[in-house]
Amino acid sequence: MRAALQSLVRRQHREVRAVDEISFEVGQGEIVGFLGPNGAGKTTTLKMLSGLLYPTSGAAHVLGHVPSKRERDFLSRITLVMGNRNQLQWDLPALDSFELNRAIYRIPRPQFLQLRDELVELLDVGDLVRKPVRQLSLGERMKVEVVGSLLHRPRVLFLDEPTIGLDVTMQKRIRGFIAEYNRRYEATVLLTSHYMADVEALCKRVVVIHHGKLLFDGPLARLGDKFAAWKTIDVELQDGGADLSGYGEVVESDVGRVKLRVPRAETARVTARLLAERDVTDLTVEDPPIEDVIEMVFAQEKT
Amino acid sequence: MSAVEPGRARSLLDYYLTRGRTQIQSQFQYRVATYMWLIGMLAEPIVYLIVWTTIAEQQGGEVQGITTGQFAAYYIVWTLVRNMNIVFTPYGWEWRIREGELSAALLRPLHPLHDDIAGFAGWKFVTILMWLPIAAVLWLLFDPVLDPTLLEVAVFSVAIWGAYLIRTMFLSTLGMICFWTTRVSAIFELAIAVELLLSGRLVPLPLMPDWAETVAAWLPFQWSFYFPIQALVGDYSTRELLGGLAIQALWIVLLTGLTLFVWRFAVRRYSAVGN
Repeated sequence: MRAALQSLVRRQHREVRAVDEISFEVGQGEIVGFLGPNGAGKTTTLKMLSGLLYPTSGAAHVLGHVPSKRERDFLSRITLVMGNRNQLQWDLPALDSFELNRAIYRIPRPQFLQLRDELVELLDVGDLVRKPVRQLSLGERMKVEVVGSLLHRPRVLFLDEPTIGLDVTMQKRIRGFIAEYNRRYEATVLLTSHYMADVEALCKRVVVIHHGKLLFDGPLARLGDKFAAWKTIDVELQDGGADLSGYGEVVESDVGRVKLRVPRAETARVTARLLAERDVTDLTVEDPPIEDVIEMVFAQEKT
Repeated sequence: MSAVEPGRARSLLDYYLTRGRTQIQSQFQYRVATYMWLIGMLAEPIVYLIVWTTIAEQQGGEVQGITTGQFAAYYIVWTLVRNMNIVFTPYGWEWRIREGELSAALLRPLHPLHDDIAGFAGWKFVTILMWLPIAAVLWLLFDPVLDPTLLEVAVFSVAIWGAYLIRTMFLSTLGMICFWTTRVSAIFELAIAVELLLSGRLVPLPLMPDWAETVAAWLPFQWSFYFPIQALVGDYSTRELLGGLAIQALWIVLLTGLTLFVWRFAVRRYSAVGN
């Protein structure tokens, strides 16, 4: 209450930078995962790159255009799909919305019909596009939404949580479709997702941001090297009850099988010791799962 | 390879026809609701009509030269013109900016105003069709005096669309204030009050004081309300009819220019919130 009254007299302003000096390039045909916790600035960046937001400073170039100018040629060659946003006419079958997109993007009819049928077949939505959109489930709507977003055959796809709220089968289907679209049309894809399965299946390269700043830009496989200070060693032993706590932190222990967590630098030495000192029947050294790595990245950033 | 073909005007026409058609399809799904809404809107002109008819009868059958039959004609045509005046409101702008609903429109290679104009135009065709039986009933009930010439009918048919565009552009400019301030209702209510008095919606303009008529002459409101009604029910000369259309065209150009000018600065302030 006091703050509310105070704001009548003296309004306070605080500048918060949603995105701060992020710099990266994406080549044609690349699929890049854009990772970060909630509020990291991922969606803000996508919105800037797709021309929705006007940056207060800095420069962005997509397909040779400055996105914030929102030129027709630029908007005709990109798409932004947001998993929680509906762009179709609610009361009509998606086919009518597709027809509207044909007119908006000035797609010649034969080309439109060919691509529409191709996409409808790829995502197996032949029946769904004839029902009013309001009657579709979330997953069904997302599939037809994706078809609608690609009818103008965009060269650059900004996908913001395209699989959010979908079941595993549907997620897999959308993932497969994105990969196929990328392969078939050599489209560039920038993808944000909280589902690491999306990122692992589609992206060789990831860009990680947090608090609006760039933390990592490189191959997904190298993310673990940089941020995970440890590896896991899965050991199967003849002697089921052996105590391996002297080799590292025991994460899991089952009859004849132990999972150890060891510092990355010690991995080779510990492995050699285990093989020399114990009756090992099987041994696997693994990087931690990508979800854990991402968690570590953000945890390190907080401290 | 780009999937886009040239021919801007033809493409725009194609878009307007397609968008209008989808809107008509959508609207027909809610035809009962639309009817209820149309009937509900009759309360306002019927109140005005009864008030003026009563006053006219007390003054020997007319008020400042307007007879009861002419009042009836004025307010029956009023119901159609009022429907043509329904456009995307500043409240709609407030919603689309606050909720981030403008994002989808901004991603398309087409100015969002085209979507507003085409969508509401499609909706008009449904309301005009549904208005006809309502007008017939009002005709039987209130016995209007209406005997337009062919030219008056033609000018009226154009003027109602001119009215639609004037009001669309005026309210769009007003709505864009929401890019700077979240709540626009106070400003909107004030503008509507001024419009109510100076457009001919509340009373035919000749019944207003002279100073109000003078002020109204410099504002766009009468060209979206009083002029289209009078084109059909009044006794304008050919010169006045065509001159009226020309002034409508002038207001459309002025307000469109203003809308596009404000838009250039407004859109930079869009924060695409809501997700």
